[in-house]
Amino acid sequence: MKNLRFLFLGIFFAIVLSKTEAISWFRYYEMFRFQSIHMFGIIGGAVVISMVLMQLFKSGKIKDRFGNPIKPKIKKKGFVRTLLGGTLFGLGWGVSGACAGPIFVMLGFELAPAIILLISALIGAFVYGLLSNKLPN
Amino acid sequence: MMDFIFEPWPWYVGGPLIALTLFLYFYSGKNFGISTNFETICTISGAGKVSEYFRKDWKERDFALLFVVGLVIGGFISSNFLIPDAAVELNPKTVQELQEIGFSNVAESYFPAEIFSAESAFSLKGFIILVLSGFCVGFGTRYAGGCTSGHAITGLSSLQLPSLLAVIGFFIGGIIAAWFIIPNLL
Repeated sequence: MKNLRFLFLGIFFAIVLSKTEAISWFRYYEMFRFQSIHMFGIIGGAVVISMVLMQLFKSGKIKDRFGNPIKPKIKKKGFVRTLLGGTLFGLGWGVSGACAGPIFVMLGFELAPAIILLISALIGAFVYGLLSNKLPN
Repeated sequence: MMDFIFEPWPWYVGGPLIALTLFLYFYSGKNFGISTNFETICTISGAGKVSEYFRKDWKERDFALLFVVGLVIGGFISSNFLIPDAAVELNPKTVQELQEIGFSNVAESYFPAEIFSAESAFSLKGFIILVLSGFCVGFGTRYAGGCTSGHAITGLSSLQLPSLLAVIGFFIGGIIAAWFIIPNLL
């Protein structure tokens, strides 16, 4: 299992999200009501430090463990796709707290609702796949 | 040390540790992002029989699936062993607001019973709320091309415009949810 390191990285990431309360429905609600620095500090801190890392990747000062340059994937462009898709995701996230990573972490906390959320998210991704050619960009 | 493990971690610990996760992910030779796994699981479940879109070799993404399995294991370890007291120290104003719109035991655990208890989840209304939310999350992330990890963290930090637009969308949706939907939910 050459990729076993990703299993451990997942365990680590889940513990970080759990211990910092970044999977808590209440913390998301508080964020969207702009009533605490907590989630903004977590996401903002991660983004600022990652910006520095991205510069080090780009300049070639840090390469991956195989010695290859690190290039983050270029995201698909499009106003409708990003704004409308983003808004739909935000609606689901805001109501249920089901951010993509936290859904999986939540399986270890509240099994029944997390399974319902996960299966529904899979159906959502499936329906997107069916319609992907027909939707505006 | 033991105190640090069992107490909630402050926000300024979270940002650096998430950035460390992103670093280790890229250092291991892969692009950080979680919601693509929704598609990969569809592919494994046979969605390729119905749609060209899902005809991909999922084995090329087995590393991401292992990461997701790790998330579940990490969640289980955290909830059972690392969080003796799951009370969340929310802003008292937020607590009061939630009480006023009908939530009980606010922030005494990570998830409100009004949405997450088995009783709520399997009531007709509660079930519909979860199914519609989950559907929006799955459909929305794939349409937008990423979620909080892929867009808000990887995409924003690598200064990509589509990610900025997507994050603006996340907040439009989240604000509509917190200001207009949740107050009328119960």
